[in-house]
Amino acid sequence: MIQAENLTKYYGDVRALDGVSFHVDQGEIVGLLGPNGAGKTTAMKILTCFMPPTSGTARVAGHDIFEEPLKVKRNVGYLPEEPPVYPELTVQEYLSYAGRLKGLGGVDLKRAMGLAMEKCGVDHVARRLIGNLSKGYRQRVGLAQALLHNPPVLILDEPTVGLDPVQILEIRTLIKDLAQEHTVILSTHIMQEVEAVCGRVIIINEGRIVAVDTADNLRTQMGTSRRILIRVARPSPDLVQKLMALDGVLDVEAEDDGRVRIESQLDRDTREDVARVAVESGVGLLELTGVAVSLEEVFLKLTTEDVDHNVDTAFDAAEGTA
Amino acid sequence: MSRVLTIAGKELRTYLVSPMAWVVATVFLGISGLLFYNIITWYSMQSFQLMRMPQMGGHVNINRMVFQPTFQNMAVTLLLLVPIVTMRLLAEEKRNRTAQLLFTSPVRLGEIVAGKFLAAVALLGGMLLVTVYMPLLVWAYGTMDWGPIFSGYLGMLLLIGAFVAMGLFASSLTENQIIAAVLTFGILLVFWLLGWAAELGGDFAKVFEHLSIITHLEGFLKGVVEVKDVVYYVSVAAFGLFLTHRVLESNRWR
Repeated sequence: MIQAENLTKYYGDVRALDGVSFHVDQGEIVGLLGPNGAGKTTAMKILTCFMPPTSGTARVAGHDIFEEPLKVKRNVGYLPEEPPVYPELTVQEYLSYAGRLKGLGGVDLKRAMGLAMEKCGVDHVARRLIGNLSKGYRQRVGLAQALLHNPPVLILDEPTVGLDPVQILEIRTLIKDLAQEHTVILSTHIMQEVEAVCGRVIIINEGRIVAVDTADNLRTQMGTSRRILIRVARPSPDLVQKLMALDGVLDVEAEDDGRVRIESQLDRDTREDVARVAVESGVGLLELTGVAVSLEEVFLKLTTEDVDHNVDTAFDAAEGTA
Repeated sequence: MSRVLTIAGKELRTYLVSPMAWVVATVFLGISGLLFYNIITWYSMQSFQLMRMPQMGGHVNINRMVFQPTFQNMAVTLLLLVPIVTMRLLAEEKRNRTAQLLFTSPVRLGEIVAGKFLAAVALLGGMLLVTVYMPLLVWAYGTMDWGPIFSGYLGMLLLIGAFVAMGLFASSLTENQIIAAVLTFGILLVFWLLGWAAELGGDFAKVFEHLSIITHLEGFLKGVVEVKDVVYYVSVAAFGLFLTHRVLESNRWR
């Protein structure tokens, strides 16, 4: 549905994107994840034909962004970081304007407006001025605008920013529902959002893609160890000894309240052995959980690695001259 | 075409729900009305005096003595007010990030430029239309020739088109509405002053005269619609719109 090839974008001398290539298949929800200034918004602006890349190209819904920008725009719904709403218009007027810009009219426009307002939960503020709405509602009106012409591709730049927790859950559910008929790219720097919504994650840092995979795969690949947490009724030092003796276990840490944290080698699943040992030693196993490395850790690792590397080389260089 | 009208309609609505358009209209109609009153008063005094000299009767011409200066005054007032009307057209969209809606909708740049242009011309044209009460008043109480009035209004409308195109261009250059207004005012004033430069003579007098935005109005006010004047205003407007289109296109590439 979306193929980006070698997208590079310079703002003056500043490089915002550097040879970014990725593809998104129909019906996928892909998360663009990265720290501020990583190039997420730039990539989205290029895919929506807001601006062309310095080099490279992309195809969206089968149309080239250089050859057929109008066709690309017709097939894309875009929610920018800041919802592009006019404060002097009412929600209804705004959506009617946006719909007509997108080529809707008459009965189709009415139906599309009704549907989009209902989906985004703005139907009860339809007659209010957008300028008087809260940030959360404006965000939803912006989202309604993106959905309005029922485009096959949705590009959402931080869709849940400024919403309250209930609204965030609503919007996430909405996005998941949308994925049945639409292809969605959304950018975010909220990890839970990626885990909750996205099938695949593209992690960008300093204009480059540092990882593309599912959230689960990223966690297993990037983690250095597996972590198992057990809880026993009667903790004993004996248990720790026995656990340490297990093949593949690296470290065991027991706490007073009966919780024991076990670090094991990444390529070994020691849960079965741990359970057996705990039961056999009669300490009363209450709970056993495999704790995954969080995506935060993966993200931090991926996005700070380069920096460490740079620091190292700078250090080496300094030593060399000394 | 329907998208041009969609954009123009929305812009016009935005004008009409903001106090700005009403303030501009009030100032424009107030000033032109006041000046019209002054001219009419002066004209009637002149007529009384000339009545005592029958041989001078042929020199009293209400079209020349009242409406020519009235239109000229309106043109000067517009020079000051058009920048205020046009300044927000594109600068505001850029500042509020609503340009992202416009530029990611399946709309051509030309349609955006045309829609914005039409909206401002329609607003100013509407203001101009209200001033028709002036000739109507004179017509009700005296005798006059409608020909130069019609051609005068045609000239004013063409003048507005040229002014608005320059204002739109200035508005495309910046996110700051004040800068857009000052720039528009500067551009228009330079075009205006070229007329004065022409009067001073010199080698380029003829060039200045043809470039001046005011000398081309004179024919219309006398009731003469010349092709060269119409072409002048239309090409100034087209040039401004072309520049605007180029600026918007080049902004995307930066």
